[in-house]
Formats: sequence, C-alpha cells, structure tokens
Amino acid sequence: MNLIMTDTFAIELTDIDKRFGAVHANNKVCLQVKRGNIHGIVGENGAGKSTLMSILYGFYQADAGKIDVLGQAYTFTDTHQAIAAGIGMVHQHFMLVENFTVLENVILGSEGGALLANGLAAARKELTRLGDEYGLKVDLDATIDALSVGLQQRVEILKALYKGAKILILDEPTGVLTPQETDELFRIFAALKQQGVTIMLITHKLREIMSITDQVSVMRAGKMVAHRDTKDTSREELAELMVGRKVLLQVDKKPVDVRAPLMKVKRLTVSDNQGIDRLKDVSFELRAGEVLGVAGVSGNGQTELLEALSGIVQMTSGSIEVLGFKMDRKHPLTPDRLRELGLAHVPEDRHRMGLITDFSASESALLGYHSDPKINTGIWLSNRKVEANCQELMKAFDVRPADPHLKSANFSGGNQQKLILAREMERNPEVLLIGQPTRGVDIGAIEFIHQRIIDMRDAGKAVLLVSVELDEIMSVSDRIIVLCDGEITGRIDAADADERTLGMMMANALDPIDPLQTMDDQHASSKRASSQET
Amino acid sequence: MNRDTRITWINRLLLPLLNILTAFAVTAVVFWLIDVNPIEAAEVLLYGAFGYEEGIGYTIYYTTNFIFTGLAVAVAFHAGLFNIGGEGQAYVGGLGAGLAILFLDPTLGAWVFIPASIIGALVFGGLWALIPAYLQAYRGSHIVITTIMFNFLAASLMVYVMVHVLRETGQMTPQSELFPTNSWMPFVHDVAAGLGYSIEASPLNLSVLLALVCAVLVWFFLWQTRWGYAIRATGKNGTAAVYGGIKPKRIIIVVMCISGALAGLVSINELVGYQHRLIMDFHLGYGFGGIAVALMGRNHPLGIIVAALLFGTLYQGGAELAFEMSGISRDIVVVMQGLVILFCGALEYMYRPWLIRHLAPVDQQQETAGVTA
Repeated sequence: MNLIMTDTFAIELTDIDKRFGAVHANNKVCLQVKRGNIHGIVGENGAGKSTLMSILYGFYQADAGKIDVLGQAYTFTDTHQAIAAGIGMVHQHFMLVENFTVLENVILGSEGGALLANGLAAARKELTRLGDEYGLKVDLDATIDALSVGLQQRVEILKALYKGAKILILDEPTGVLTPQETDELFRIFAALKQQGVTIMLITHKLREIMSITDQVSVMRAGKMVAHRDTKDTSREELAELMVGRKVLLQVDKKPVDVRAPLMKVKRLTVSDNQGIDRLKDVSFELRAGEVLGVAGVSGNGQTELLEALSGIVQMTSGSIEVLGFKMDRKHPLTPDRLRELGLAHVPEDRHRMGLITDFSASESALLGYHSDPKINTGIWLSNRKVEANCQELMKAFDVRPADPHLKSANFSGGNQQKLILAREMERNPEVLLIGQPTRGVDIGAIEFIHQRIIDMRDAGKAVLLVSVELDEIMSVSDRIIVLCDGEITGRIDAADADERTLGMMMANALDPIDPLQTMDDQHASSKRASSQET
Repeated sequence: MNRDTRITWINRLLLPLLNILTAFAVTAVVFWLIDVNPIEAAEVLLYGAFGYEEGIGYTIYYTTNFIFTGLAVAVAFHAGLFNIGGEGQAYVGGLGAGLAILFLDPTLGAWVFIPASIIGALVFGGLWALIPAYLQAYRGSHIVITTIMFNFLAASLMVYVMVHVLRETGQMTPQSELFPTNSWMPFVHDVAAGLGYSIEASPLNLSVLLALVCAVLVWFFLWQTRWGYAIRATGKNGTAAVYGGIKPKRIIIVVMCISGALAGLVSINELVGYQHRLIMDFHLGYGFGGIAVALMGRNHPLGIIVAALLFGTLYQGGAELAFEMSGISRDIVVVMQGLVILFCGALEYMYRPWLIRHLAPVDQQQETAGVTA
C-alpha cells in the first residue's frame, strides 16, 4: 500500500504569497513534499519558514496560492481544519499544561463526552498502541513538569499522532534538546517514516538536515531558492544558498590599532530558568581600539552573552574582567555599577529593553543615567536639564523629529535606535556592547550608525558588536567570533572572513554528525572542530 | 491639534466626564424606577453637599480620606502594583496613630502629639504593606492576593487589640479612652474662629492640608525625582528598568511602604481630627473607594483631588438624601457609588474606541508612513 501512495505528494504548495504590511514574508513560494519522506526546510531567521508553516497549519491565511494535502485541495481558515486534514504541528515552545499528566494533556480538546473516565480509558489504549508502534514510550501518568524536555517533546508528537496526523511539522525541534535527546528524536523520526508518516523539519542546523532528511528546500528573504535531494547536496552548498551572496556595504576604516584588553571573558556559562545552558564555556578578550564582531544565527546565545556582560542576567559559571574589575557568580556587578565603570550597552531589542515606549523621548534618553549628578540637583530631577540633555543627544545623532516631548513609540525605528545610540555613546564609555544596531533601520541611518561605531573604535574604545547581519559583521568588525548553540564555533580575522566560511561556522557545519553516534563521540568531534579553528 | 494631543485629552478629560455622566444617568433611571424624582434628588444631594457651611465641611472632610487612599493606590500603580489593601493599611495606621498618642505623656503639647501621631500612622500603615511587598518581591506571592488577605488580618487584629488591650476601663464599647485635647488635630472652624471668622462647626480639620501637601509631595516624588523616574520606568517596562540598572525588588518594597503609609494617614483625619479616640471600623470603604478615585483621577494627584471631591460629595450628599427624602434608604447611596465605580472603573474604556474613531480618526497617510519607517 505504501508503494502506491509514495507517488502522490503529501503536501503541495503552489505560489503561496503573504505580506505583513511592507514585509513580503512569502513570495510565490512553491513546495512539494513526497509522502512518507522526511523533508527539511532551511533558511536564516526571517527567511519566511515559520510564516509558510503557519499558513500550512491554518494560523495565517495566504494572500494568494493553493494548498493541497494528500492530493486534495484545501483552504484552511483555522488550525482545526488543518488538523482534520491530517496535519500535526510540534511547536518550538511546547503547548502543554504543566501540572496535568501526559494522558490528560493528550486528550485535551478531544475529551469525548462530559465524563472524563471513558475518554481517558479509550485514550490510554490508543496511546499504548501508538507508543508500541512508533517506539514513543512515555509514562502516561507522569505530570508534564516532572518530564525532561525531550520527553515533553515526545508528548507533543504523541498528541499530534493521537489526533490523526499523517503529516508532522516540527519547528526547530532540536533547539532545546541535548545531543542524546536529539539522537533519540531522530530514531523516532525513522520509526515514523517507516510507518508512512511524512515529516517536515524546519531548522537552521545543516548537520541535522544532512543526517536525517530525504529532501531539503532552502528559503531566503521570503522566496524558495532551491530544492535538493539531500544525497545530491552538501552542507557547503546549503550554507551558500541560505546566506546568499550580496555586495558588502563598505565602511571607511583606518587600520586597526589594538591596545590592552579592556574585557576578559573566561569560560562564561549562562543558563536559562529551565536550567538549559544558553551559553557554554565562552572565552574571549575584547581590546581597546577594536571592534569584535559576534556572528551567529539569532537565538544561539547572543542575547545571553550581551545580558551577562552588561550584568542583567546572572552567569552560571565563569568570570568576566571588565575595566580592571572582576565579576563572577558570587560577586556580580549590577548594570548601574557597570555603567559607572564605563561600560555602555545598546540592547538588541529596543522596544523590550532599549527604551520605554510610553515615556517621552527625553525620559527614554535618561534610562540608565537617571541618577547622573549632571541632571539631578539634590533630590530634584530637573525637567529642564532632562530636556536639554535630550536635545543635545538628538542634535549629535540627528534624531528626527528633534522633539524631546514626543512619545518614544512615535519615532521611527531608525530614530529610536539613534536616540539609544546617542544615549549610550555620548557619555564616552570605554567599552561599548551593541546588539543588532541596524535591525529595522533605514539605509541612510545604517551608514551613519556604522560610522559612529568605527569612530568609537578609532578613539581607542573597545566595541563588541552582535549582529545577525553578516555584511555588517564583516564590514564593521576587526575580529569575528561565531556563536552556535551557545558555543564559540569559529574565530577569524575579519580580513580573512567570507560569507561562506562564516555561514558554515554559524551552522557548526565544519564537522560531520552521525545521528547514531553517541554523545561522547559528538562531544569529542565538536571539541576537535573548535580546536582546529582556534 | 494633532492626533496624539487629541487622544491625550480624550483619555484625561472627556472619557472620565462621559463615564460619570453615564453613571448619573443610570442613577436617575434607578430613582425614577422607585418613584423618586431624579431632579429633586439631585437638588437635595447637591444642597446637602454644598448648600450650607456644615455640609461643605463634611464633604471636604470625606474628600480628605479619599485623597489619602487615592494617592496610596496611585503610587503603587505607577510601579505596576495593584495595592488593594488600603483598607487594612488605613486601619492599622490608626493603631499607629492611636498608640503614639496614648503612650505619650498627656501633658505634652500639640507640636509633639501631632507629628508623633502622623509618624505613627505612616510607620504602621507602611509596615502593614511591607509584608505583602516582601512576599511579592522575594517570594513571588501576588500582591493583589496578599494585600486583600491583609485587609482581613487587619480587621481581626484590630478587634483583638480594641477588645482586649486598648478598651477603655469600665466600658463595654470596644474603643480606647479619649485622646488628650492637646493631641487633637485642630478643627477648621476653631482655627477660623481664632482668626476672627465664624463658620459652622463640622468635622473638617486641618488634615485636609496634610492631604493636599501629600498630593504635592507625591507629584514631586513621582515626576521630579530620580526615584520617581525609577518607579515609573519599572511600572511601564520592567525589562527596560532592569537594563537601566533599576532594582525592581527594591522598588516594590519602597513603593508599597509609601503606599501603605499614605493609606495610614486616613486615621489622622478620622481619629486624630474628629473621633479623638481609637474606634472600630473608622476606615470602612475608604480603602476600596481609593481604587476608584485613583482610576478616575488617572493616577495623577490633581485628578485624584478632583475625583476625591466627587466621592466626598456623594458621601455627604447621599447621606443627606437618605435623611431628607422618604423612599430613599441609605442603600441607594451605595448603589450610586457602585454605579460610579462600575462606569469609571470596570467600564473605563467603554466609550474610548467610539470617541477615537469620531474625534481622532487615523490619518491614512500618517499610518502608511509609520509602517514603512
């Protein structure tokens, strides 16, 4: 029976188009997924993968285009219809009720009548069958919060199968898993495939794509740029397709004049509140007179790095020496103390952290410096001085409109960013941490911002630049480190860097991975890779 | 006038005004349903509140309580905290004021007693809010739950203290002995008499000046100091505040102590200013009324003074109404207050989408420009 069916497509998307305001998230995207195959979809953050999957799962509706599932045309207006058509989705962030048992979670939404007992008994039988068939063993009576992340993910898969999914979509499923759990997951994929389930794997990890998928499709900037049979492609080719080739935005730079290190980071490890290490054993030095670029696909530890260096999150282990002061887990330095010492920080997300959108520009221009004696007279925070301060900053960085009373939310992205940069740079810090300085900023402002960063460097300050834009990293930095999955997977001089090499480092694709390898082997091989690079 | 200014004025002025009018309209319907002429009732109410000197005195006396509790709610609100424990904090504040007076030598002068009782009220009210604040900041208990539970704890504590510890010897009523005359907050009519003016006696005392001073101080503190900046930043965007070196836990503790202290000052007006002894349940209703006052006053001291005056008017005018008109019981006053709270609090934004659509429509060009920028 499987033989006859493999001829038809499990999913066929034709000319899917979707816009969000000015953003063209999906531009005439076509995709064919063969029945019973594992199909990978790769692309950088913002390439449009998630939008496409949300359209397929009925979260969004396409502006134009056609969806066929298992040979039948559909127009999904909500997720229930997609589920009824046989599509199951496992989200990056699990949708589970923490204090319910596995069984209770699985039947959520399909309880089968007013009394739970019957539904639970039927579900127990069915789940035991599914568990045996696909090798998905979970204790049905355990509560979710007692399970490891890997097992929670298994529950999500069971949930989808229980609802009759023939096609499983997994969004970055290995992002939260340990290497062993990843191996286990891939074994489950193999079992599911044998039973005729079609799997779509969305990821930016090329090694996983190479080791588990049958076909792979590459997206870039909202377009589907290539389809390949996995056996006919290579990590190098995929990396190139993913990143694409673009002309560098050139920045006028004097030769680097590196002086003493101002910041020494030693074996820095940062865990999130679930105990997962987001930053693992990271060591580097940041020297006066240089821009150190931190490259990497978004979500690979950059945020944690910036927040640990600026004292916002607690480190788990390791130490940071900054401007002659040392901090570690037992002796943390607070953000205000670090600011006093001469460390400035332009955060990645200006709405969440960089400014307070409800405040006026003059109040936002004060964030972090509200205790500055220049603005305070005794206990009085003088509005006149606050406004004068803001006007000065606006003038120096050409913020428009130059109106300190205007609400911060009402400035354009570029002008908000310039206001934050002005606030952090105009006080002449010794060390400047910058995250995504040009995200959502118009071209004119990008050049201006890059020039200001270079000016800081030429003035003998140390700059750490975190960006997901490779062009920006390559043109502004002097040295580059690459983060992948919280580890430094590459160190390179900007002069020697090209997009392909960086792309490979970003995907940690410089070394092969075998799904059946044990954890120890993998660990050893990744260590080997990093020792080769350094 | 550009769109933002219009929206600001809709939020600040038009919306509260419309809400109040709606509440009055519905009250009128209720009066009409129970065969009371609404116009006549309004006349009685307004005369009761403002028609004669004693009435005005009572109105401002009640207003004073609402200013204190309204400010208390507003200060916490600016840090993103919802302090609904004003009742308990006011009550326990009264214990602080009372103990300060009862334990001091009765021969001391007013210049010792009055500051001492104010400090007692501030400290006890503040400490009563400190415990929920600590639990919120360091243990993650939700401030709404803990503050409301502390209202009940305060009630029980006060019953015990009043019945077993502070009850006047030889009396059955659970109330303390009379405060020494030196400790009384001077009545306004006495002060006026001293200056040669004669006005009718009322419970109105100089605490009203204390309330106005507090309003100015709260304004100065929140908008003219770095601490106020830190508090407002925390309330608007906690993540950005942490980035800015502000310590949210410390903010929670400080803000709640200030909030509780302000609520505690109700007892200065009620006990030190009028009752002149520690009594049961002097605080009832003011703590919760303060929430409505703060909401209506948009958490700004000036707005709070205006909203407090409205509530004071309802209190005094409503009492007069129940007294004067047959067919109206004291309960109708509660209904009126309930309607004001309903329309100004719970249904606060009912008219907002409609007002914005008609008075501040989105400029098409401006919107598209915003997206591309």
